[in-house]
Amino acid sequence: MKQIWRTTGGAVVLAAGATGAFGGEITVYCQDIAVGCAALGPVVESFEAANPGDKVILETVNYQTILESLPIQLESGSGPDAAIITDMSGLTRYYLDLSPYAEDAAALRADYEPLLAWLRGKDPDSAAINGIPLSMTVNGAYVNATLFEQAEVDMPAEGASWEDWAAATRKVADATGVPFPMEFDRSGHRFASLAISYGAQLVDADGRPVVDEGLKAAIEQFVQWHEDGTMPMDLWGAVGGSAHRELFSDFVNAETVFYFGGSWTIGQMDAEVDDLFDWRVVPTPCGPSSCTAMPGGSALAGFNTSDNPELTGRFLTYLAQPEQIAKIDIHAKELPTSQTLIQQGLDYPDASEKTQEALDVFLAQVPKMADTAYRFQGWSYQRAMMNAMTTRISQVLNDELDVEDALMRIKQDVETAIQAAEG
Amino acid sequence: MPARLDVAEIGHQIITLPARAMEPLMAGLQRLVGIKRMPWVFLLPNLVAVLLFCLLPVFINIVFSLTGSDRLYPAERPFVGTANYDILLACQNYLDPASCKADLFWRAVQNSMIFVPIQVVGMVTVSTIAALCLNRSLPGRGFFRGVFFFPVMLSPVVVAYTWQWILQRNGALNGILSWAGLPGSNWLADPQSAFFWAIFVTIWAHMGFYTVIILAGLQAIPKDVYEAAKMDSASNWRTFTAITLPLLKPIMLVVFVLCIIRSVQTFDELYVLTGGGPGSATMLIVQYIYEVGFAVQPRNFGLAASASLLLGLVLILFTAVQMLLSRKSNNG
Amino acid sequence: MADIAKLESRPSILHIFKLRRGRNRFDLADWLTYGFLLLGFVIFFLPVVWVVLSSFKTSANLQEFPPTILPYATQTAEVQGFDTPLTLFDVVMEDGTTERVALIRRVGKIAQMIDPEDPSAGRLQIAADALAPVKSLHFAVENYTNLLSGSENQIGRYVYNSLFITIVATVITVIINSMAAFALSKYRFRGSGIALFGILSMLMIPASVILVPIYLIVAEMGLIANPWGVILPTVATPTGVFLLRQYMLTIPDELLEAARMDHASEWRIFWRIILPLSTPALAVVAIFSILSRWNDFLLPLLILNKREAYTLQLALTSFQTQYGIRYDMLLAMTTITALPLALVFIFLQRYITTGIASTGIK
Repeated sequence: MKQIWRTTGGAVVLAAGATGAFGGEITVYCQDIAVGCAALGPVVESFEAANPGDKVILETVNYQTILESLPIQLESGSGPDAAIITDMSGLTRYYLDLSPYAEDAAALRADYEPLLAWLRGKDPDSAAINGIPLSMTVNGAYVNATLFEQAEVDMPAEGASWEDWAAATRKVADATGVPFPMEFDRSGHRFASLAISYGAQLVDADGRPVVDEGLKAAIEQFVQWHEDGTMPMDLWGAVGGSAHRELFSDFVNAETVFYFGGSWTIGQMDAEVDDLFDWRVVPTPCGPSSCTAMPGGSALAGFNTSDNPELTGRFLTYLAQPEQIAKIDIHAKELPTSQTLIQQGLDYPDASEKTQEALDVFLAQVPKMADTAYRFQGWSYQRAMMNAMTTRISQVLNDELDVEDALMRIKQDVETAIQAAEG
Repeated sequence: MPARLDVAEIGHQIITLPARAMEPLMAGLQRLVGIKRMPWVFLLPNLVAVLLFCLLPVFINIVFSLTGSDRLYPAERPFVGTANYDILLACQNYLDPASCKADLFWRAVQNSMIFVPIQVVGMVTVSTIAALCLNRSLPGRGFFRGVFFFPVMLSPVVVAYTWQWILQRNGALNGILSWAGLPGSNWLADPQSAFFWAIFVTIWAHMGFYTVIILAGLQAIPKDVYEAAKMDSASNWRTFTAITLPLLKPIMLVVFVLCIIRSVQTFDELYVLTGGGPGSATMLIVQYIYEVGFAVQPRNFGLAASASLLLGLVLILFTAVQMLLSRKSNNG
Repeated sequence: MADIAKLESRPSILHIFKLRRGRNRFDLADWLTYGFLLLGFVIFFLPVVWVVLSSFKTSANLQEFPPTILPYATQTAEVQGFDTPLTLFDVVMEDGTTERVALIRRVGKIAQMIDPEDPSAGRLQIAADALAPVKSLHFAVENYTNLLSGSENQIGRYVYNSLFITIVATVITVIINSMAAFALSKYRFRGSGIALFGILSMLMIPASVILVPIYLIVAEMGLIANPWGVILPTVATPTGVFLLRQYMLTIPDELLEAARMDHASEWRIFWRIILPLSTPALAVVAIFSILSRWNDFLLPLLILNKREAYTLQLALTSFQTQYGIRYDMLLAMTTITALPLALVFIFLQRYITTGIASTGIK
C-alpha cells in the first residue's frame, strides 16, 4: 500500500535539476483553526526533509480571505499555489488535477472516494483529483444527558425518529424547567440533514434544484416545532436572510436539552461544558426516508494558476499518504477522509475520553449517510439552495409566506442563481 | 520654545512647509493658465482620483449589470442585455412584493422607505441636540464628546454583538426591566420591535459622526450675531430658531444628504444583528445586494450591480432635488 | 455678512446659551444639558465600557447566561494524585454547612468530589444539583497575548503598515479635498455645478458594490500587495469635499477680495486664509479619514495579499472561522485597535471647536 503512495518526487527533482530549476517554493493559504496551518506544519516539515531544496510556505490567513479574496485573487492570477478550502465545489475551475503527479492515481482515487466528487463541481463523474480531502465533518445532535436523568426520561435509542426525539426532549424540558427542548443551528446545511431524512431530493441528477413532498414535509414539521415551542424563535425566526447563526451558548448554559450542530464543535464542548453537566453525542435521529446527517469537510486544493504546479502536485500527493493525513486529523481532532484510515479507525492520543466517545459516534454515522446527502454536498449551487432555504423558512415562521410559496421561491431563487452563473 | 509639545504648531508646519514650497510653482502656474482656470488646477488632483476610483468603477458596474456569468473580468462576461433589470422590475403590483419576481428586493425597498425617514429624522434631531449641549462651556466637555463619539470607532460586528448582548432573551435590558419589576420581551424576535431596535442601534452607532460635523459647523457662526440677539433680549429658543439654525444651514445640508445616503446604505450592523429578520422585516436594499452578489458562490455580480445602480439613480435624483431646493432658498 | 474686523474677534468657544452665563445659577438649560449628557453617558458609554471589560473574559464566561458585568472564571485547584487541576464547587452539606470541594467526575446525578485540602479523606458522593461552581474575578489577558503571538512577532511591521497607510492617506485626503472644496466654494466657473454634482454622485454607490471594480483597477495598475494600492482608491472621499465645501461657503468672500488687492496668488489665498479659517472642518475630515483608514478591512483584505503588507486589522482577524466568530478575541482586538483612535479623537476634538481667532490670519 505504502509504495503506491510514494510519488515520483526523486525522479522529477533530478529532471528539474537538469533544466536548472532545482527545487522551488509554493505558498499555501490556511487558517488559524483546527484543520489549519498548525495541523499542516508537521507534514510540511517531513516533506521538506524528504525533498531538500523544496519549500512550502504556510500563510496564515483569516476566514474572509478564503471566502471573499481567494476567488477574486485566483481569477486575476494573483492567488496562492494551494489553499485549505471548505466550499469545495465553488472554485472548481481553478483546481489543479493531481492525477499526473500521483504515482498511482487510481489508488489515490479509490482511497478518497466519494469525497473527491465534491471537488469536481459540475462534472462529478470525471476522474480528476482536484485536491486532497483533509477531514470530514458530520452534522449531529448534542444532548444534555444530565437533564434526561433528572427528568427520569429514557433517552431514545438509535433508530429513533425526529418525532420521538421531539417528544422526549419536550418531556425533559417540562420536567426540568428548561425553556427549550430542541435547537438547530441556523444553517441551510443543518436543515438539509432533516430535509433529506424526510425524503427531500434537493438536487436532481442534472444539477437542477428539486422541491418535493419530502422538503415540504420537513419544512412543515420544522414550522410546527417553532409554533408549539419545541424550538425557540431566536435562531430561525428572529434572524433573516442567509446569515449563519448559532446559539451554542444555550446548550452550554443548559437552556436547551438537544442541540443540532456538528462534529467541529467537540473541542468547544469539552472546553466550555467541561464538568458542568454530562453531555453526549447521539446517533442522528431518523426521518421517514433515512437516518442521514449531512457530511462536510475541508480539502487542500492546488490551483492551476500556480507557477509551480509540479511542486504543488508533488506536495499534495505526498500529503495524501494515510500516515501523513492521519497526523493532520489527529492534531485537529477531526474525522478522517481516507478509506484506509476509516477502516483502521483513528486514535486521538491527546483527546479526552468524552471527545473520543463523541468522535466514535460521529464516525458511526458516516455509513448511514444517504447518497442524496453526498450529491447535495458536491453540488455547485448548494450554497444558493441553502441560502434560499434559510431565508424562506424564516419568512414562513414570520407569516410572510406559506409553505407552498416558500417552496416556489426556493426553486426560483436557485434557478435565478444558476441562470446568472451560466450566462 | 514652549515647554509643552505643541502638536497644533507641528500640524501647522506640516501644512505650511509644503504649501510655501509650492507657492512659486503655483504662482507660475497661475500666470500660465490665468486666474480663470485656477479652479480647475485646484480641482485636478481630486478629479483624477474620483475619475479613476469612483467613476470608472461605476462604469464597470454598468457593464456588470448588462452581462451575465460569475466571471470577474468584464471582457469574459457574455452580454445579456436588460435581463438583470427585467428580473428586478418584473412585478404585477409594485406595492405588493409577493407579486414580484424579485420579492425580497421589493420588500427591502419597502422597508427602506419606512426605515430611512424615521432614522434620518431621529439621527439629525439627536445629534443636533448633542452638538448644542457639547458646544457649551461646561466641565468635562471633552470627556462627553468622547462618550458620543466612541461608538463610531467600533466595528459593525462589535456594535451588533454588543446590542445582541443587551437585547437577547436573557440580555442586559431584560435584566434591568425585571429588576425594575417590568415585563421583558424577546426584542429581536418580534418584527415591530426588531425594526425599532434596528433604527435605535444604527443611530447609536453613527450619531457621533454627525454630532462632530454639526459641532464644527457651530464654530462658523459669528459671535457678534449673538451679541445683537442679547441686546434685543431674545429668548433662547428664539435665538436658536432665528440665528443658529439659519446660519447652520450649509452644514445641515451636508448632514442631511450624508445621513440619507448612509441610511439607505445601512447594512453591516443589521446584517450581524438581525440578518434582515425576523423574516424579512429589517432587510434593507444593500443587504439584498450583498446576498445576491457577494455572500456566496455563485456570485451574481450582474444582478447586484443592477440593483445598486437603480439604488444609486434614485439617490442621485433625490440629492439633485434637495440641492436645487436649497439653492432656490439661498437665492430667495 | 460680517466684515473682517469682526471675524477676527470671534472667540474660541461659541455657544448659544452663553447669554445666560452672567447669572450665577443653575438654570433650566443647564439642567436639560446635564440630563441629556447623563442619558448619553448611560446609553452610549456604558456599552463601550462593557466591550472593554468583556475583552478580558474567557470564551466560557462570554457564553454565560445571565451575562456578567465583570470577567469571572471558575476556580480550579491542584489536587494531589490528579494530573490536571480540578474544578472547585461550593456544596451545601446535609448539616447545612457549605464546603468547598473539587470535582473528579460526574456520573449522571451523582458527582464524585474530593476535598482539595485533605485528599486522603477519600471521595465524596454528592448530588449534582447541590453544586455551585466557585468563581472569582479573572482577567483573561490571554485573549490579548494569543492575538499578539498569533501575529508571529511581526506586530511592529503591521503597526508600521497601518500607520503608514493611515497617515499618508489622511494627509493626501485633507490636501486634495480642501483644494477641491476651495475651487467649488469660492469660484464661479463654468462646469462647477457639474463637477460638484459629479463628485457628490459618487457618494451614492454603496462601497461594497464598487469593491470588485476597484480591485480590478488596482490590479491593472500593478499595485497589489502595495500600500499605495489601498491609499490611492480612498483619497478622493466625496464626503470630505462636500463637508469642506459647505464649510468654506460660510467664509466671507470679502477676505479673498482684500487679499487679491494685495496681489496674493490664488494658492497663497488658499493656504494662508482659507485653510486656517477651516480648521474645525479640517479636523473633522482628518478624524474621519484616520478612523476609516485605520479600521478599513475589506479593501486591504483584497489588495494586501502578502503577509508583509498586512495592516493591523488584517493581522488580528484570524479568529473568524467558517462557523462563526471568536468573540473573546474579537473584543480584545477591538480594544487594541480602538485605543489609539480614542486617543487621536480626544486630542483632535479640541480643534473641532477651535475658534477662528486662535489660528488667526497672520
